[in-house]
Amino acid sequence: METNLCVAGFGGQGVMTLGKFLADATCNATDKNVTFFPSYGAEQRGGTANCFVVISDGMIGAPLGDVMDDLIVMNGPSLAKFLPTLKQGGRLFINSSIVDEKEVNRSDVKLIKAPVTEMALEMGNAKVLNVIMLGVYIGYTEVVPAEVVWQTIEHKLGSKPKLLPLNKQAFEKGLELGRSQK
Amino acid sequence: MARVLMKGCEAIAEAAVRAGCRFFAGYPITPQNEIPEYFSRRMPEVGGTFVQGESEVASVNMVYGAASAGTRSMTSSSSPGIALKSEGISYAAAARIPMVYANISRGGPGVGAIQPAQQDYFQATKASGNGGFEMMVLAPSTVQEAVDLTYKAFDYADRDHNPVLILADGVIGTMMEPVELPPMKSDEEVAAIKAAKAGWACIGHKLDYANRSWIQPGQWDTKKMQAENEKAAAMYASWEKDIQVEEYQVADAEVVIAAYGISGRIGKSVVDICRAAGKKVGLIRPITVHPFPYAAFDHIDYSVCKAVLDVEMSIPAQLVQDVRMAVKGRCPIETCLCSGGNIMSREAVLKAVDAILAK
Amino acid sequence: MEKIYSRTKTIQEDKVSGFCPGCMHSTVVKLIGEALEEMNLVEKAVMVTGIGCCGLHMDYIAYDTITAPHGRATAVATGMKRTSPDSLIFTYQGDGDFASIGLGESISAANRGENITVIFINNGIYGMTGGQMAPTTLLGMKASTAPKGRIAEEHGYPMHMCEILNQLTAPAYLVRTSCNTPQNVIKTKNAIKKAFQNQLDGKGFSMVEIVTSCPTNWGLDPLAALDFIEQKMLPEFPLGVIRDR
Repeated sequence: METNLCVAGFGGQGVMTLGKFLADATCNATDKNVTFFPSYGAEQRGGTANCFVVISDGMIGAPLGDVMDDLIVMNGPSLAKFLPTLKQGGRLFINSSIVDEKEVNRSDVKLIKAPVTEMALEMGNAKVLNVIMLGVYIGYTEVVPAEVVWQTIEHKLGSKPKLLPLNKQAFEKGLELGRSQK
Repeated sequence: MARVLMKGCEAIAEAAVRAGCRFFAGYPITPQNEIPEYFSRRMPEVGGTFVQGESEVASVNMVYGAASAGTRSMTSSSSPGIALKSEGISYAAAARIPMVYANISRGGPGVGAIQPAQQDYFQATKASGNGGFEMMVLAPSTVQEAVDLTYKAFDYADRDHNPVLILADGVIGTMMEPVELPPMKSDEEVAAIKAAKAGWACIGHKLDYANRSWIQPGQWDTKKMQAENEKAAAMYASWEKDIQVEEYQVADAEVVIAAYGISGRIGKSVVDICRAAGKKVGLIRPITVHPFPYAAFDHIDYSVCKAVLDVEMSIPAQLVQDVRMAVKGRCPIETCLCSGGNIMSREAVLKAVDAILAK
Repeated sequence: MEKIYSRTKTIQEDKVSGFCPGCMHSTVVKLIGEALEEMNLVEKAVMVTGIGCCGLHMDYIAYDTITAPHGRATAVATGMKRTSPDSLIFTYQGDGDFASIGLGESISAANRGENITVIFINNGIYGMTGGQMAPTTLLGMKASTAPKGRIAEEHGYPMHMCEILNQLTAPAYLVRTSCNTPQNVIKTKNAIKKAFQNQLDGKGFSMVEIVTSCPTNWGLDPLAALDFIEQKMLPEFPLGVIRDR
């Protein structure tokens, strides 16, 4: 069993962090193999950012595949760019605050909507949208147990304990939303 | 030992520290910046030294100096920067100075692309500088292998008094993967390694005409120069025993993929996919790309093998020349190539395999 | 009779110098050896030589030495001193090595305040390769690659390394000496000793620039070369302490 995930969005949306949290959790608390591969450009700011996470029971060949099982898109341009790579029956997670559902021009994929930009703003910190989305993804796919992912986030934020309650809330809201769409 | 998720570049740096590397000098270039950045944080913790050189040229020469004074030392760069380092590498090889360096290679030639590539195969394996010297060139295909090979590279370098090159690429360098790290050499072990070099290292010696240290990357005397080269050639010839290669499902294979580094790993997953579909496909993945595992290609059953498929992220193909020497005309050789910073696609390799099987 | 002078033991007795007659490399190498002996530093000494005539004495000195790639001596010395702080690390470089191909390494090592000593031999010409123009070649001075002499409009002006490095904050000691008179030879030796002492005291980057002759490539006999230093070189490269901190 191998899951190929692509996470894409604007620079600054925490796309890489989302992927790293997931990879780290898989490494720390499972026997599975995992790779995290960031796609990078020459620019330091702006533009699109995306990363690939592969989680597998067996050996991982390519750390970025041609065909994705799961796709998380945080903005419109990423949808246009990556939707063609999603396999038939693949799972598409969109940030429905800014990604227009009507732009999803495929009916052969499963669509999971999460207005994470709005949710983050409601929680008072626009930056936690990636943690909400990670919650949605875990809640829906259960590719790694939710508590393991939370432990990883908790560990990574260890030096900034003030941020923990907010992130916990964000992650749980996400989980709930993901589970509700199963 | 618990596994930790590490970025390839950082894992290489940590493996070097654990192997006793206590001097690193480097210069920024994508996609290897995490190596000098990691060393800049890590070296002070272990009593080592990090210097950001004013150029790749200066950096490699700082390493040449530190290694000549007996310290396990390392530098790293990416393709165009590695080209600049060739001066210092050639000097270290000529003077028989042990050092380790890593090429996290990117697209080329010239400034090329900052994305991963395998365009430096010839440079790495055939001529990393002037003068026809040779080096062991180790090509990891996973972050774990990058760690293990880096750790081992310092032993090879010390054993042979010669530079060793870790030939990785931007995928291995920038991807994160779980690794188990090798044991940390103790301060005593690190000191002992340095002390063992005190006889020849340039650190100052008692006034004695015969026993001073004289590190010479060349000779005025032509007979001496030839003798040095003969000694080096004999040392290079001894590497036969150090060849490392992964041979996977080769015995009955109708198509054998030949690939190294990141392409080798992708090739291996293609073998698994093909085998699951009943297709007889195998893989030969050189881990030491120099010395090259020519003999591994004698394990192919050429009565059933339709072709060897050379898979590499280089246009024109480079690895293929060693594959040709290894196959010796016993079957056709096909290629599956990409370049320019594009990463080898599993689908493309599958297609190339199917095309051969359909013949 | 009391023996008051003998050849420095840092020069091997059975070896012959590779330098031309009248070349001041011989003088400077002797001064370095005497300084090391008098300061009891022979056992700690490591000389990093550049490429060119400055490598011609490696064969007959008696202390540790390593050849750096052309121009990279200060980088090599950086690696050595950082990892072997108890050794006395000094570079021995000509003008092509230090001021042309190695300019980046030279300025950067000085700017980092590396605790090393540079002995910089300025004779205004490339010696070993046959008299080509150097960054320190005087205006009008002929060279095998400047047959009409150095022309400012085409080649720029002689580079003054002491003054250039004096623009930096870090260097501890920058001095220009010569070996054209007995008095200047003594001053040169004292400057070398001071530069070594600075390293022992951890003061950082010290450079002794020594204006010397190259009779062979200047096309002058050794005595005429001394006059050339006095009349032509020193007005362009005035002697003295440029920095002492």
